[in-house]
Amino acid sequence: MATTEEVKKLAALARIKIGEAELEKFTSEFDAILAYVGQLEKLELPKSGDEKPVLRNVMREDGGPHAGGTLTQKLVEQFPQREGDALSVKQIISHD
Amino acid sequence: MTKLANEMTIAEAARTLRARELTVRELWDACAEAAEARNSDLNAFLEIFDADDATIAAAQERIDANDSSLLCGIPLAIKDNILIEGKIASAASKMLENYRATYDATVIKKLKEAGALFFGRTNMDEFAMGSSTEHSAFGPTKNPHDTARVPGGSSGGSATAVAAHMAIAALGSDTGGSIRQPAAFTGLVGLKPTYGAVSRSGLIPLGSSLDQIGPVAKTVEDARILYDAIRGEDALDSTTIPDGLYSTNPPTGGSTHLRVGVPRHLLREGVEADVLTAFDATLESLVQAGHTLVDVELPTSSHALAAYYVVMPAEVSTNLARLDGMRYGFAKRGETLLDDYLLSRTEGFGEETRRRILLGTFVLSSGYIDAYYRKADAARMVLRREFEKAFEACDVIASPTTPSPAFTFGEKSNPLAMYLEDIFTVTANLTGMPAISVPMGTVEREGPSTSFDSAQDKSLGIKKQLPVGIHFTAPHQEEDALFTIGRSVEDSR
Repeated sequence: MATTEEVKKLAALARIKIGEAELEKFTSEFDAILAYVGQLEKLELPKSGDEKPVLRNVMREDGGPHAGGTLTQKLVEQFPQREGDALSVKQIISHD
Repeated sequence: MTKLANEMTIAEAARTLRARELTVRELWDACAEAAEARNSDLNAFLEIFDADDATIAAAQERIDANDSSLLCGIPLAIKDNILIEGKIASAASKMLENYRATYDATVIKKLKEAGALFFGRTNMDEFAMGSSTEHSAFGPTKNPHDTARVPGGSSGGSATAVAAHMAIAALGSDTGGSIRQPAAFTGLVGLKPTYGAVSRSGLIPLGSSLDQIGPVAKTVEDARILYDAIRGEDALDSTTIPDGLYSTNPPTGGSTHLRVGVPRHLLREGVEADVLTAFDATLESLVQAGHTLVDVELPTSSHALAAYYVVMPAEVSTNLARLDGMRYGFAKRGETLLDDYLLSRTEGFGEETRRRILLGTFVLSSGYIDAYYRKADAARMVLRREFEKAFEACDVIASPTTPSPAFTFGEKSNPLAMYLEDIFTVTANLTGMPAISVPMGTVEREGPSTSFDSAQDKSLGIKKQLPVGIHFTAPHQEEDALFTIGRSVEDSR
């Protein structure tokens, strides 16, 4: 069972704000969803160990770089705030 | 010509273009006229692109030179989570409302090479989270068969665009059924390719281990033409696979007569009676056509949806963490840097998106990761083994695509009820196997008692014929078996 405190904490971890009214709704919906996916607990799975993994790593050599600066304008145009070609953000460490 | 140009299939349009009975410009204009007449009501497109004279002329030239690409000059609708350089790709979210793609998705590159034209970007559930297109930040899309009903989702805009003849075919993306369920609801063919068959480079991700781009088309033949054009290994997506990676045993029933597995135990409850009747009738016609039916058991399937609604939100919460209002997308500013993140994400994401991010954060949190995420991941492997085992006795596995036809707006306001829409489709995403939905007739439903807007009230009590789909899954890289059985279904109708 999810509590409103838990949902609040998850929201903080996920960098999302949830208002008090919405919190109740989210918590009760959470309970219904978790009760449903909770059926997995009853699922008996065979002991694994000798199974070959299905996934494999795919590596490639570094290479084929594009010329420097060719994408810069396209990317900086998306910045919410900029100074020249630099992304402008809030000061994180304050001096006072 | 008895058929209007925009009502043609890809194959028909390609033939007519080459017979010089139609020009690329006329085909584009026919789609544009249909869109002009219907899109403001149906809301299939978030944006209809201006006709690009140079591209249209280039396609015409290729056709005049008898170019073999069937997609040359064909107007396609593209789901709004697939990047086309220079165009907005919003994933139907306020978060990316003004995001302009800086590069082409691999599928777009391939389609450009094939000479295809991009007609517009289609509406969807925000970040592809939903089964009705009601979760779009830009309003829902309506089903052209009954505008009081949803077209399904998340590729609902793509489905409506094709079903209402505003585009010849479309691309969608499928994470848990998002191509196949809307195709079923709108009377179209939808294919979810084998995981890794089609590059995801340039697809705004939902669940990266589940997502595939695929066609939404009027016929199985069209779906195949589009699939052939977009598939292939890609250096930009290391999960793409080379041809022949999985052993390709020729179907033992011969290439035209297949063994169709039917998991009866999954159909005993939950499927509406007339949908099941349509399903049984379609199976019967397949037997008439020389295919054989085989009973198969897939016991873990009943847990597939639960596993999916753990794995998918987990991947959502990870994938969407990059959207923080810093470098691109919706950016709201507060007092501190933390406020910037909080405000941008809280106001940029819609309710369902926030719900799934929280769910994903929960199932990945240290206290619960074993009980939920790891268990779901293990169940996924068991499910895959079960399907592999079942495919020793059959070539394809059949079920209805959905338990019921298109539902009305607001009918599934409870999130769990909406999630249950995906019950037959999620398994193919969990196992990575290819799956197709093909129309299997219609069922009759009355107009809704509470309708989407008052203008619809006159539909109350009027009976409508709503399309339903039959769903087939095949082993990895056996799309050919899906096309064969799909064509058989078409021929029998």
